[in-house]
Amino acid sequence: MRQSVFKKFVLVALLSLLVPVTASAADTFKIGVAGPHTGDLAPYGIPTLEAAKMVADQVNAAGGVLGKQVEVMPMDDQCKPEIATNAATKLVSQDVDVVIGHVCSGATKAALGIYKEANVIAISPSATNPPLTQSGDYPNFYRTIAPDDDQGKLAAEFVAGKLGAKKVAILHDKGDYGKGFADFSKMFIEQGGQVEVVMFEGVTPGAMDYSAVVQKIRREKADAVIFGGYHPEASKLISQMNKKRMKIPFIGPDGVKGDGFLEIAGKDAEGVYATGPMDVSAYAENQKAKADYVAKYGKEPGTFFDQGYAAMQAILAAIEATGGTEYAALEKALKSNFVDTSVGKIKFDAKGDAEGVGFSVFQVQGGKFVELQ
Amino acid sequence: MDYFLELFSSGMVRGSIYALIALGYTMVYGIIQLINFAHGEIYMIGAFVALIVSGVLTIYGFSGVSILILAAVIAMIYAAAYGYTLEKIAYRPLRNAPRLSPLISAIGMSLFLQNYVLLAQTPDFLRFPELIPEFEFMEPIAHVMGSAELIILVTSAITMIGLTLLIKFTRVGKAMRATQQDMTMARLVGVNVDQVISMTFIIGSVLAAIGGVLVASYIGQINFYIGFMAGVKAFTAAVLGGIGNIPGAALGGIVLGLAESFAAGYVSSAYEDVFAFGVLVFILILRPSGLLGKAVKQKV
Repeated sequence: MRQSVFKKFVLVALLSLLVPVTASAADTFKIGVAGPHTGDLAPYGIPTLEAAKMVADQVNAAGGVLGKQVEVMPMDDQCKPEIATNAATKLVSQDVDVVIGHVCSGATKAALGIYKEANVIAISPSATNPPLTQSGDYPNFYRTIAPDDDQGKLAAEFVAGKLGAKKVAILHDKGDYGKGFADFSKMFIEQGGQVEVVMFEGVTPGAMDYSAVVQKIRREKADAVIFGGYHPEASKLISQMNKKRMKIPFIGPDGVKGDGFLEIAGKDAEGVYATGPMDVSAYAENQKAKADYVAKYGKEPGTFFDQGYAAMQAILAAIEATGGTEYAALEKALKSNFVDTSVGKIKFDAKGDAEGVGFSVFQVQGGKFVELQ
Repeated sequence: MDYFLELFSSGMVRGSIYALIALGYTMVYGIIQLINFAHGEIYMIGAFVALIVSGVLTIYGFSGVSILILAAVIAMIYAAAYGYTLEKIAYRPLRNAPRLSPLISAIGMSLFLQNYVLLAQTPDFLRFPELIPEFEFMEPIAHVMGSAELIILVTSAITMIGLTLLIKFTRVGKAMRATQQDMTMARLVGVNVDQVISMTFIIGSVLAAIGGVLVASYIGQINFYIGFMAGVKAFTAAVLGGIGNIPGAALGGIVLGLAESFAAGYVSSAYEDVFAFGVLVFILILRPSGLLGKAVKQKV
């Protein structure tokens, strides 16, 4: 008996939560913020929600957008695709204007179809799966983070362009991360067509030495090496290349770009290139957002805070520029206007990826990684 | 041809390190029929001791070769102490136990030592300074064989010749051979078998420490796990050459190193382990007791 009474209480409590949403005023801009707000992946979703609320509060305090208030509508998807579709349906049925989210790539993919049918634009702060934008299936999708293949693309372009290499050797450590980077690099190099991939090979992590591989690189006459993997193998490779008197550029991913590499490779690290996330901490917007957050919550913001903040800034700017939330106009504004956000000055390309965010090439100069322009 | 020579030299370097470690496996197996799985850890500890010592010596202003020699000597002493203690704690009490018991105890010691270093030092990779100097006269052929590689080859060769002489011509060597042939009989004629076994562990550990210092200085990084990989390869080398047979371990190491190097060079380095173990399988099919191993009749 007691239990069923308890259940009714819970039901009433849950229903009462829905009341404010349905009762909300019609003359607001409704921004849905979807992502994992509970569960073990919540640390990836909460910062975006906090960021969206902070931006909304600031805008509302200054009189809102186009004279209307901005209303943030949180929606939990726990990063689960099946819950994400429900969350999306719920947001759409509540006449949401734009969605910030979702956070996980799988959940995002599941929800996007629903937004697409309802002509709702979704901007994810964190879904990095490349096909989400590149497949062209979801013209309503944008993101303020670089896709997974961007590093490989950047490395490929760097080798072909700035280094002017003709033949490149691509090595990887046979792991998901390293081989993924190597695969994307290879794909983009072959697409570029200017550079020949003369060698594509896995090395065994923890092997005693890599001199046979190094000799092979020399025999294939490669004039640059791209390596997908982490810093211990990278240091071993680069030190053996130096020992074998082979002086060709070496490019690694962000698994190499760190203090661990500098420490282990020592003087061999000098001149090594690595791709890594752009340094955004120098932007005024970023510093301001961070300072506001620290002032409000008394701690450093969590993962994807910057990207969530930027997504909110970008969409509000687009609404302001177009004077409403009409789909085609918003799309045009997002893709043509540069906006100052916490991840830098960005706009979106034809496929929905942000231009101006992502990865840079760094080089070890004087024992430190220096961002190359 | 150049490419062949390059691969040959890198295979020889690798192989001679495998051989140094394999000797420890094979000597122990020859005398007490125990596969000392903790042997790779002794190699790793040797490298760590050398790293610590070289750090201290650098502070005191020593340089280059003197650090290398002092660090190596101290690493050898430490490794010998570890090997001796290991045998005393983990194997001696199980001397008359069923053969499986010391084997389990060996695996236990291996895990213990790995985790001990992990906790006492660090789980991260550490930089190991290049203690082996660059020789001017090696510069023209540095792309084929560098100074460090030359030092590794020469040191391994000297060590192995020294070991052979020790076993052939000294009292200790004679006692070791006697113990290997028949432990009970050796004891009856007055050989202190326990001492001989301790000595075997000490010699094996010293060899492993030499290998550890050379490799760490060559590749420039160490962590607590390097002993495991090296141990597996060296054990393979020992089996390849015929476990229990000392020249066999040396030969097995070289064969394994060359097989890996050529596989990486001519086929793909992704498959170097496949080739290494493929060679092992192939040779064991043809010669079940290894390259130089003798088929031993079961003693009743």
